[in-house]
Amino acid sequence: MTAYLSLENVGMEFTRGKDRSVVLKDVGLKIDRGEFISIIGHSGCGKSTVLNVVAGLLRCTTGGVLLENREVDSPGPDRAVVFQNHSLLPWLTVYDNVRLGVDKVFGRTKSREERHEWTLRNLSLVHMDHAVRKYPEEISGGMKQRVGIARALAMEPKVLLMDEPFGALDALTRAHLQDSLMEIQTALGNTVIMITHDVDEAVLLSDRIVMMTNGPAATIGQVLEVPLKRPRRRLELAEDPTYTHCRGEVLRFLYERHRHAEAA
Amino acid sequence: MTALTESQAPASPLARLAGIVPATLAWLKNLVANILPPLVALTVLLGVWQLLCMGTGASLPAPSKVVTDTWTLIVNPFFDNGGTDKGLFWHLFASLKRVAIGFSLAAVGGILLGVLIGQSSLAYRGLDPIFQVLRTVPPLAWLPISLAAFRNADPSAIFVIFITAVWPIILNTAVGIRQIPQDYRNVARVMRLTGPEYFFKIMLPATVPYMFTGLRIGIGLSWLAIVAAEMLIGGVGIGFFIWDAWNSSLMSEIILALIYVGIVGFMLDRLIGLLAARVSGPRARS
Repeated sequence: MTAYLSLENVGMEFTRGKDRSVVLKDVGLKIDRGEFISIIGHSGCGKSTVLNVVAGLLRCTTGGVLLENREVDSPGPDRAVVFQNHSLLPWLTVYDNVRLGVDKVFGRTKSREERHEWTLRNLSLVHMDHAVRKYPEEISGGMKQRVGIARALAMEPKVLLMDEPFGALDALTRAHLQDSLMEIQTALGNTVIMITHDVDEAVLLSDRIVMMTNGPAATIGQVLEVPLKRPRRRLELAEDPTYTHCRGEVLRFLYERHRHAEAA
Repeated sequence: MTALTESQAPASPLARLAGIVPATLAWLKNLVANILPPLVALTVLLGVWQLLCMGTGASLPAPSKVVTDTWTLIVNPFFDNGGTDKGLFWHLFASLKRVAIGFSLAAVGGILLGVLIGQSSLAYRGLDPIFQVLRTVPPLAWLPISLAAFRNADPSAIFVIFITAVWPIILNTAVGIRQIPQDYRNVARVMRLTGPEYFFKIMLPATVPYMFTGLRIGIGLSWLAIVAAEMLIGGVGIGFFIWDAWNSSLMSEIILALIYVGIVGFMLDRLIGLLAARVSGPRARS
């Protein structure tokens, strides 16, 4: 059986003049439909490069990415991205930011009325019904990220790609958004790849955690299954032995076996 | 129900009055705070000028003399005795018409060229050095060339306006386009926006503030250039009016014309500023 999404020996090299730097080497990963994967590693290890290759924003120099057995060679709405800094267009309202993607993806298949409904439905999925007419600068950072998620979800992606989606948020807001994301994922069963550097976030949200070694020539060091039942509740998990064990595994990987060179 | 209306009825006019008084006071205070300083500055300036030029040997007229000398021109801006003997309104109108045509051409051409060199790094590398050299050429230096090319005063003046205003518009538009964050480009790529969709939905709104900076500088420069160009080409226009007054040693008329030129230039600048505020709104800030 072939995987839903598979990364096959993905390698990435940048050449600038005579300098050649290998960023990624032999990254191989198979992801099933409906799986929640997080990629964790020290900063600069090429996590975002992996995500950008899957998104099609970057082309890998060796290997390739297959989604439903078709090669990924350009960006597209079937691999919608939630960017770290939300990237909402400041001249469009919350509604119009989401609607832009909806119109683009469903312009031919859904009527105007249906697209309107669909836009609102996705905004209510992230609990943003109250602010549809607001502009991005009028809402908080957490809300902007919610809208960013709604925009990506509204394109009905086969894979939802999230590049440190909650990295810029304070701890409380981040927890709220993580809960929302789990709720949505339970309801919709999306396939998700999320980049993070937060160990708790990775364990709480993921089915599998992909840990990356340090660059240059970073690759996958270890893949950890998180056998926690869903729905997960952060309070109950705090003392759950499986949770503690998984958390320990990730920490050991990051701080014992692959300590950041500069941090050492 | 009745109790409510009874208790409200006598209170409401009083309450309204009580609300109006501080509101009016605040408005007046605000007005005084904004109007008084420039008024004082103007009075002091006029006073100094009056004192300096009051003597019999003064080479320039004092403000009081300017007003008495030009009173007929001030109260009568619309007369038309044929030829170049027209009221100041008609001179300003002729200049504004030239600026309007030249500046509109510059706006269209400048934005198109700006988009080109902002989008294509090949075009940028090819054209930017040329633009950087050409934009330092003083506006009037173009006049002989355009006179030779067009053999006609009016198109030459319009060309001078165009060539003066076009550079800041091109360069600012190009900077605006190069400043579009990579994130917005990525959003467009993920959504697979087509070329025209990208242009209208992302590039234009992201660049509008920069374009208007260019347009605002451009309109200011055009107004500077038109007065100088008209002094040389003659005909109806505020620049020629000043030159004509100089030839007849009518200093007061020159001073009056300068004040008018200043006020019109100020209004043009504000007009573009208002337009920019309307088009980009408060949302242009990221």
